[in-house]
Formats: sequence, structure tokens, C-alpha cells
Amino acid sequence: MTDAETERSPLLDVRGLSRRFDVSQPWLNRKLSGAGKLYVNAVDDVSFTVARGKTFALVGESGSGKSTIARLIVGLLEPTRGDIVFDGIWLGQGLKGAEARKLRRRFQMIFQDPLASLNPRWRVSDIIAEPLRVFARDMPARDPLLRVGELLALVGLSAEDGVKFPHQFSGGQRQRVAIARALAARPDFIVCDEPTSALDVSVQAQILNLMKDLQREFGLTYVFISHNLQVVRHMADEIGVLYLGRLAEVNKAKALFETPRHPYTRMLLDAVPDIEMTGRPRKRVEGEIPSPIDPPPGCAFHPRCPFMNERCRREIPRLVEGVACHAVEEGRI
Amino acid sequence: MTNDPMTTRQIEPVIPPRPPGLLRQALDSDMFYSWRNSPVTIVATFTAAALILVALLAPWIAPYNPFNPATLNLMDGFTPPMSEGAFSDNWFLMGADHQGRDVFSTIMYGSRVSLFVGAMATLFAMTLGVGLGLASGYNGGTIDAVIMRIADIQLSFPAILIALLIFGVARGLIPPSQQESMAIWVLIFAIGLSNWAQFARTVRGATMVERQKDYVAAARIMGVHPALILLRHILPNVLGPVLVIGTIGLALAIIEEATLSFLGVGVPPTQPSLGTLIRIGQQYLFSGEWWILFFPAVTLVLLALSVNLLGDWLRDALNPKLR
Repeated sequence: MTDAETERSPLLDVRGLSRRFDVSQPWLNRKLSGAGKLYVNAVDDVSFTVARGKTFALVGESGSGKSTIARLIVGLLEPTRGDIVFDGIWLGQGLKGAEARKLRRRFQMIFQDPLASLNPRWRVSDIIAEPLRVFARDMPARDPLLRVGELLALVGLSAEDGVKFPHQFSGGQRQRVAIARALAARPDFIVCDEPTSALDVSVQAQILNLMKDLQREFGLTYVFISHNLQVVRHMADEIGVLYLGRLAEVNKAKALFETPRHPYTRMLLDAVPDIEMTGRPRKRVEGEIPSPIDPPPGCAFHPRCPFMNERCRREIPRLVEGVACHAVEEGRI
Repeated sequence: MTNDPMTTRQIEPVIPPRPPGLLRQALDSDMFYSWRNSPVTIVATFTAAALILVALLAPWIAPYNPFNPATLNLMDGFTPPMSEGAFSDNWFLMGADHQGRDVFSTIMYGSRVSLFVGAMATLFAMTLGVGLGLASGYNGGTIDAVIMRIADIQLSFPAILIALLIFGVARGLIPPSQQESMAIWVLIFAIGLSNWAQFARTVRGATMVERQKDYVAAARIMGVHPALILLRHILPNVLGPVLVIGTIGLALAIIEEATLSFLGVGVPPTQPSLGTLIRIGQQYLFSGEWWILFFPAVTLVLLALSVNLLGDWLRDALNPKLR
């Protein structure tokens, strides 16, 4: 591949990703009550690509499989089916040793609750220095402490904060520490799993702006997971809307907000409070997300969909030109 | 790195300061504050420290060496406390036993044996229990089921019975010529093995909670080896309850050793522990020589009580809900 082609090829390519969880009762309970095995398809046949230096956002209600996708991408979970291709390399079971370490250095994750994602018994310096230690062989040799000081400054903390423990910080500062740790090994890809939803609203914007600045500065690629549409609008270049483990719609951020096509996306956007709409009644999101253990047949959204017809009850819609909807496909909406 | 992104923005690198010294940290800690405000704990600390110090220094500070036959005078036997032997110049603070040994000195040497056995047994139980508990809680599945069923079975028997059983079996396996020298290690093994289950259960539960947390996920994403995750990340976070059980376990182990020695299956008579001394003493209690029993028993109570009180304090101090 030439440099130009590498430049154009996506950094992350997710193909037909599925993950099934076994949620059956223990064996003995099952035998006694005569119940069968139970599975949840938390993620079902999800495909998307993430371009270099861009932000791909995944939005959806709770239970839509957002976090599961994040964990599948970074390798905390193994996919039941499907492939994840990172910069032309298949992330599968086959990666071992130095090769795996080299690849791991390139991706990182920022978690929802920084209080849980930072070891409470470690000083902040040690937390930020951990990736430096783990990837010492793949990094230019430098004083790790100097780099820690640099990283602390980069995220807007002072070097003196290095001796403190995570519980001595506020939520926003803790998330800054988590970001510093994620950046320590100079990754080019970061999965952000609702990085601001545990924070005060006043702090959210600061963290989001910090993340945007860092993206511009280091050419980072983000997969950004959120249930907050305003946050996503601020951050994302491209958005995937998840419903019950399947992608309902994928589109450029601007297009998705201006001309939502899938009925579910429309419903979500109609529900977003808007300062220009003050006084006018807002349309509520009708119904609730069904149980993933017993999903409705056909299109999972059909019980809540105003455009539902007989075909929607039977047939699962495929993602065609960024929308998975029979009604759109048939030109009914 | 060809294009160092750090060059795009000028940041004056500052090295973070070093953490304060260990003593400073200890004096500034909440633990020390809670210790200073609990008079019972302060008394218990000094009692335990004094007993441990006396035991450690016994060969140098004991007035007599009760195991040196040259200094013993059998005719001094049963000398009451605070008096001089009838046939020697020896003065006995706590009296003399049936062989004319100074009870005060035998207690010093005896608590040495008791503390050594108790501490080593607790350490052994702790290492084994924490190791198995971590493995059990982190891996789950079959390993967890096997380890925990063994612990369940063992917990359904009294610890002393298990120790007796292990002691008996181990004794049978060791050639008679080495029994005397090995006895103390067999005892440590028996007491330790009968107490690991408490540690394992506590650590397993705490580990199962900790491994779900995102800081473990963050380490796993980096590809940190599971053994290192357990050692560096999870172990420091589950150590609090271990310290509490360890301290209370030390008191229990000392009592367990005393019980075994009292029953005559513990340390050999040439190395009497507090339990052995109590066993010897109770033979003379009804003939009026109370001091042979009384002083070792009081020492045992003081030792077990002070260590236990320390354990209680530790439990309260480490539990933020009780503050």
C-alpha cells in the first residue's frame, strides 16, 4: 500500500460484529425448574468503519449494546462472530507476544466512572506511568517521571498533583488523570465509553473540549460512546445509532442531525430539548426499549414504530445506504 | 518516533515531586489518628509490644536459663513467688516449678515459642489463603468451585480437630529420630493449614468485587499479565480485611497452639510453650502451688487479649462506615 492509500483506508473496520451472552440460570436450577438455556444478543451484526483522525460516535439507549461494542473493540470481550480490523491487522485470537504488545500500545480506553477506572491505592504518578512501564520496550527511552509531569500539564493538572491519590481529586480532575493515562503510551486510537456522563454538567464541556484539543494535536481517532445527543453532536464526525444491539442508522454527524432517516433517529432527535423550542410541547420518546432476552421478531423497533407494516413484523431490515428500515427502503417515508 | 506530537505545543516538563517518607505518611494517616484517639488500643499496643519484646529478648534479659541443668537446683522446686530458694541463693519473682525452674524465666522463653508458632502459622495460613482466594476470585469457574468446596468442608469442622488430624498424620510420616526437631514445624503446618479457609473466603469475595472494576479493565487492555494485575492492582485493594483477620487469627493461633500443647500433642517438653507450662501447672493446682499455673495463664490471656483488641481496632479503623 502506498502512503496515500494508507491515509485513506479506515483505521478501524468492524465487520458483522456479534456478541452473545449466556444468561441462563445455573445448571442445577435449570434442571429443577425445567428452564432452557437463555442467551442475549447484546451486539448483533454491527459493521462500521472509523476514518483516521475522526470521531465515530455510537449512540443508543441503555441496553442497546454500546458498551459491549467498546469492550469488544479493545479486546476485553471476544466476539461471538465478526471481525475487527485495526489498521489492516485482524484482531483475533492469533495475536501473541511482542506483536500484540505493539498493537495494544496503539489503542486505549477512557471509562465512564474515573473513580472506578483509577486504582484507589495508587498515586496518580504511578497510574499515569503504568502504560510507560508496560510498553517501555516500544517507547523511546526517557525519564518516565518527566513524561508524567508533561502529561499532567497536558491535561491541565500540575506536576504536584502526581503524589496525590485519585480520591483527593474532583470528578473532572479524575477524568483528566484517566485521559493522561490513556495518552501516556502515545496511542492513535482511543475508545471513550461515556467519558462525561458521570460528571457534572459544568465540567462535561471542559473535558469534551480537552478531548477535542488533544485529538487535533495528536491526530487521535476516537470511538465515542454516549447516550447524550448534544455531546455527540459536539464531538462526532460520524454517528451510528444503535437499537437493541443492531445499527439502525449510520451517517455523517451533520446529515444525521439535519435529515434523520430512520424512524428511531427521528424519535430521538424530536425528544432533544432545544432552546429555540422553549414553550412548544416536545414529542416524547414513545414506549421503551424491549428486553434483549426476548426481542420482537422482524425489525426490533416495530412495536414503537409509527410506520410499521406486516413486513416489519417478519423480516429483519438490513443496513442499506446507512439505514436499516423497510419503510425507508420502500420509500414510504 | 518520527513526528513527535509533543513538539506542537510547548510544555515545560516538570518532574512530579516524590511521595513523602513512609514515617510522615504513617503519622499523617487516618489510621494513626484513630489509634491516638482510642486509649484501649494504645494500652493493647504497648502490652502486646512489651510481651513481644520480652519474648524476643528472653535469652538476654531472663534472670535464669531454665533449660540449663547446671543452674537448676531440684531442691528449689515449688518455691513460692517473691522468695528465695530453700537450698540456693536463687530468688524467684514468680516462684519455681516442680523442677526448680524460675517460672518468670520459663514464661519468657515460653512466650517466645508461643509467639513464633502463632506468627509463623498465621503467616502460612495467610499466604496460602490469600493466594488461593485471589486465584479463586479472579478466575471463577471450576478452579473457584473446587477451592471453595474444600474450604467449605474444612470450615464445617472445628479448627482444633483439623489441626489434631494434620498433626497426627504428619507425625506418622516423619521418622521418629527427627520428630523432636521437626515437632515445631509440624505444629506450624497443622495450625496454619487449619486456618487458611477464612482468608481464602474473604479474599475471594473482595477479589470478585475488584476484578469487575474498570481499573482492572484498563490494565487488561494494556495487556498486563494476569499475575501482575492480581499482585499490583487487586492485592493492595483486598489487603484491608486480610490484615484484620490476620491479627485476630494471630491471637487464635496462639490459643490453638496453647490448646494443642495443653493436650500434650504440641511442642516437645524440651521447648515448653505457654500451653505446655499451663499443662504442667494444672497438675499442681490442687496441691496449693498455684503460681506454676497462674502466671503462664495470665501471660497467655494478656497476649491473646491485647492482640485481639488490636485486631478489633484495625477492623473498625479500616471500615469507613464506622467512622
